[in-house]
Amino acid sequence: MTKHLDAYFGEFGGMYVPELLVPALEQLEQEFIASQEDPEFKKEFEQLLAEYAGRPTPLTLTRNFSPNPLAKIYLKREDLLHGGAHKTNQVLGQALLTKRMGKKRVIAETGAGQHGVATALACALLGLECRIYMGAKDCERQQPNVFRMKLMGAEVIPVDAGSGTLKDAVNEALRDWSANYEDSHYLLGTAAGPHPFPTLVREFQKMIGEEAKEQIIKAEGKLPDYVVACVGGGSNAIGMFADFIDEKDVKLVGVEPGGHGLSTLKHGATICKGTKGVLHGAITYIMQDEDGQIEESYSVSAGLDYPAVGPQHAYLHSTGRAEYVAATDEEALEAFQKLCRCEGIIPALESSHALAHGYKLAKAADKETIIVINLSGRGDKDLAHVHRVLEQGGHYE
Amino acid sequence: MNKRYSQLFTSLEERNEGAFVPFVTIGDPNLATSLEVIKALIDGGADALELGIPYSDPIADGPTIQKANIRALDAKVKPKDCFEILKAVREYNADIPIGLLLYSNLVFAKGIDAFYAQCAAVGVDSVLVADVPARESSLFRDAAKQHSIDAIFIAPPNGTKASLQRVAEYGSGYTYLLSRAGVTGTETEAAMPVDTIIKTLNDYNAPPTLLGFGISKPEHVKTAIKAGAHGAISGSAVVKLIENNLDNAEKMVSEIKSFVAAMKEATKASS
Repeated sequence: MTKHLDAYFGEFGGMYVPELLVPALEQLEQEFIASQEDPEFKKEFEQLLAEYAGRPTPLTLTRNFSPNPLAKIYLKREDLLHGGAHKTNQVLGQALLTKRMGKKRVIAETGAGQHGVATALACALLGLECRIYMGAKDCERQQPNVFRMKLMGAEVIPVDAGSGTLKDAVNEALRDWSANYEDSHYLLGTAAGPHPFPTLVREFQKMIGEEAKEQIIKAEGKLPDYVVACVGGGSNAIGMFADFIDEKDVKLVGVEPGGHGLSTLKHGATICKGTKGVLHGAITYIMQDEDGQIEESYSVSAGLDYPAVGPQHAYLHSTGRAEYVAATDEEALEAFQKLCRCEGIIPALESSHALAHGYKLAKAADKETIIVINLSGRGDKDLAHVHRVLEQGGHYE
Repeated sequence: MNKRYSQLFTSLEERNEGAFVPFVTIGDPNLATSLEVIKALIDGGADALELGIPYSDPIADGPTIQKANIRALDAKVKPKDCFEILKAVREYNADIPIGLLLYSNLVFAKGIDAFYAQCAAVGVDSVLVADVPARESSLFRDAAKQHSIDAIFIAPPNGTKASLQRVAEYGSGYTYLLSRAGVTGTETEAAMPVDTIIKTLNDYNAPPTLLGFGISKPEHVKTAIKAGAHGAISGSAVVKLIENNLDNAEKMVSEIKSFVAAMKEATKASS
């Protein structure tokens, strides 16, 4: 009897793709299941994570960032991972799966460029051909990452269609995959999309939370009160949350991009403000109009600018196990600068959303509180953009 | 099986002809012209119609049909307008089978049952949801059955025997057979032969097969029928004629009518 993974998280998830892609997704599911039972695969993955990417990453107790002596804020330092963000973890896993399936070419989408960079580096390392689809608007916002990908041998295709952002890059990658699944793997960059991606990406990211749990217990002798992570598609957050889900006393908080504010139309807070629907292969919360046309999301941070969210987050929201809130562009920019000044760490704009909310939680604490924030990436890629925004008085566009 | 498709295939068999089925997106380039375009498809001799409802993220479509979707959305065409057009098409011709081809989120947004009810109300015969594969289709099939709408499934060129059997079992009306992998469009021609898949589908008693993807010339239609298909579907080639004549609706309509007539001619054994 062939083993299968559950394609659904409650009512969310599934495999809503053209019939053509079903064999490729089912092959991926089988290969993933087999790889998880293969000690050689696990060994190679762990070795790459340790010796190439630099795991485990530290857990840093901030010295000056917390506004409240009662609240301790810890940062899980995925910014120190090779490639500059958590993305490298799961990309190495999927690149190894690509080799295992005997495929020679990798297709990927990227928003901020972090997933594109991670994919390009893994392909360079493992000798895979690499094509990255990136929204034309994002190529412009994230020039240094486009250059990084090209340096590592990836072909970068700007996508003009639609809003020219992540959603359109995913569409284009899916179209490419429909024509080339025989020899190509679609290396999806987040814990969203059709089954088995949400599960597979979580499994290849969950070391973030496993390490953080061990580290916080070592430092504090107990579990944290809050675990906070930013949520675009949701891969860093699900990687951080996974090992804490069964720890009922730990509050899990996902922070969505609030853009100009949730009362405006310019945000990307799909759980806070979206409705149920299908985008890119899964039933989840999405941004759509009453007819079901997908609406454009917005965020100062390209990496969070996505009108859907991973189905497991939709599920954790529906069961109440995790709470989802939003931080605005302004709050994220403020947290970005605060972390630079207080700790000498330049965070990614994505992670700055989590920092903004973690800061609020710390401020409101009326008893001893431990907060662990996933610092999912470093902010070097955002420097030119933030510089421009701050010169314009802090308001983007 | 819905009676319009069964009547069509019976009568085609009697005449020893295959089916030619053109596709356009409803509302492309705007509502008024779109109705004229669809009438031209019928007047040109289409055996059945395959019509799309414009969607923001058509992942199974290549550049030509993507642009058709964008033109219709830019013209502010909404699903409710499309149903008005469908009603008008049914009034124009009572017998031609009308198939809808669209994306799942448009069905979810309306509510699955309500969507199929609305299809039945305006005289739609079949629905193909491009991003609902057989394994996710149970709610859609139930609603289709409830409202006597045929559920169309796609038989992919990479389909295993088991998946083709599932397509044969779940589908009614006709089977949409893909000529090749990839997305819609004439950029990549149909890659025939597909005789082995057609034979497998026939062994499983699948509904009649219509071959689609990359069908743009009369010889493609002939080859499809020679390979054992019951007919062929052509989308991007028709939509291209809309795109090429955006400033001249009269020419658009006459070119589309001639194109359909030429493609239909190729379905006849004597041609």
